[in-house]
Amino acid sequence: MRKKVIEVSNLTKKFGNFTAVDHITFDVDEGEIFGFLGANGAGKTTAMQMLCGISMPTAGEGRVAGYDIIKENELIKRNIGYMSQKFSLYEDLKVWENIRLFGGIYGLSEKEIADKTDELLKRLDFEQERDTLVKYLPLGWKQKLAFSVAIFHEPKIVFLDEPTGGVDPAMRRQFWEMIYDAADRGITVFVTTHYMDEAEYCNRVSIMVDGHIEALDSPAALRQQFNTDSMDEVFRKLARKAERF
Amino acid sequence: MRFSENLPVKQKDFKMKQFIAFVNKEFLHIIRDNRTLLIIIGIPIVEILLFGFAINMEVQNIKVAFYDPTPDSVTQGISERIKQNPYFSNMGNAQSMDEMEEAMRKGKLDLAVVYQQNFQENLVHSGQAAVQLLANSSDPNRGSIAATYASAIIAGYQRDNMDLVQIPFQIQTENRMIYNPLMKSSYMFVPGIMGLVLMIICTIMTSVSIVREKERGTMEVLLASPLKHGTMVFAKTIPYMVISFIDFIIILLLSYFVLGVPVNGSLILLFLVALIYISLTLTYGLTVSTLVDKQVNAVIFSAITAMIPVLMLSGMIFPIDNMPGVLRSLSVIVPARWFIEAVRKVMIQGQGFFMIWKELLIMIGMTLFLLLLTVANTKKRLE
Repeated sequence: MRKKVIEVSNLTKKFGNFTAVDHITFDVDEGEIFGFLGANGAGKTTAMQMLCGISMPTAGEGRVAGYDIIKENELIKRNIGYMSQKFSLYEDLKVWENIRLFGGIYGLSEKEIADKTDELLKRLDFEQERDTLVKYLPLGWKQKLAFSVAIFHEPKIVFLDEPTGGVDPAMRRQFWEMIYDAADRGITVFVTTHYMDEAEYCNRVSIMVDGHIEALDSPAALRQQFNTDSMDEVFRKLARKAERF
Repeated sequence: MRFSENLPVKQKDFKMKQFIAFVNKEFLHIIRDNRTLLIIIGIPIVEILLFGFAINMEVQNIKVAFYDPTPDSVTQGISERIKQNPYFSNMGNAQSMDEMEEAMRKGKLDLAVVYQQNFQENLVHSGQAAVQLLANSSDPNRGSIAATYASAIIAGYQRDNMDLVQIPFQIQTENRMIYNPLMKSSYMFVPGIMGLVLMIICTIMTSVSIVREKERGTMEVLLASPLKHGTMVFAKTIPYMVISFIDFIIILLLSYFVLGVPVNGSLILLFLVALIYISLTLTYGLTVSTLVDKQVNAVIFSAITAMIPVLMLSGMIFPIDNMPGVLRSLSVIVPARWFIEAVRKVMIQGQGFFMIWKELLIMIGMTLFLLLLTVANTKKRLE
């Protein structure tokens, strides 16, 4: 049996009277690509923030990368990568300066940073853009770079919050190739997305509605369960139950 | 949200790396933003020149001409005195009143000195002679000051030559202004400008730079990283502290070499005063950053709560002693008030540490208070 890198039970987050995340329980295997689906406001981002140690759960418990999300969140932060919904690099810094900054924040040495930067830029075919300010890169490139920076320190898990928003399909394919590469290297990928075709790329997906997890399985199993041939249909059937808007 | 620090020995090294990487990044932000850089370096220069020269009651280079239909030793004596005064530049003698008027209309003259005919004769016989000072009042301030200067010079001549003429003579002069070589005003302004500039840079710039991270979403990434909030905030203040000191030195140099304001007290003490005030204003910037979520709001909030009180209530422009009671009590909580007072004491009056400990203590107290407020507020946001 594969090792679990994320295990949570009854994780709950309340903001006043509003329950954003309502007793969710699930686990994620090491090296898995786990899709975290849900409509806007279903509680995806809040749930993810609790897993990353940014947000304190109101109730429930869990372990991420082997550490307790309530007591050891600072240790979790060292072992994960995070790419936010908004663009997560500094536009007024050059490509290599962004890499150096995050390398430094994760405690890598100057030499490690320099070597890995060369290797990364070569792999992405970005070598001629080393000294370009990030704001001059096309959106798709920025997102590839942001992803590479998020896994620069070789985290156990990388959390991606709608990483491909606003990017054309060709670029999205390239992006998913990078995700597969990372997964092959043993990095667990936890990804939220709006695009149902992307859900097909995941090993397993969970679908959140109104703070609950309504379904959790491989895309194929879900299609079978809901008696349809597209994830889109599965999602629509579940989302119809939503009361929140 | 705290984890006890029983971590590997490398922890300290780790934090240092983070800190250096972050300070580096902050400097890059500033360097990349040319406009901000220009403002940061330009502000002290502009302010000093503005307050030192433009907003100065002193009038220099007054263009003066003389009309003397019957030259004699008295009129020549008076003219000579005016010509030699450094505030005036001599444009020569006019041959007629028409010529004089023409020059004045064209703006070539600030002041015309017109003697009556047979000036000396009148003075000797009747004890009275008239000299007209025609001031170009298209700039009313400059005009009236030019006339006041000239009448002061004439009065001086009269005083000195009383004995020679033997008969007391009269030349009408109006002394509406005291003859004040207004260096005094820059003595008042320089500490005020320091207080203002440091407030702008430390409070506004620091709060904006933190709020910008929230607005752009990069804060989320930083929160999810092992970078401690305290490390980040401290790293953010470093570049602004450096810039503040550069500005402080620029102001000191400009006021010494351009405005001629001396540093009568200890320079080290002056820097200590600056260090404490800079820490205070930086901390205030951090406090502001915990209260707002948008850069625009950070600017407006800092401007209203920091800059306006510096201008109005610190004693920079309006003397605190002349304020109504309510405002005077209010000025007690304005940090710049204590800074300006301390700087005046050290810089202008040349006093030592024991004369300013009260001001320093108040500023340190304010810093600690704001620090506690900031920490309390930050905790709430991170839960």
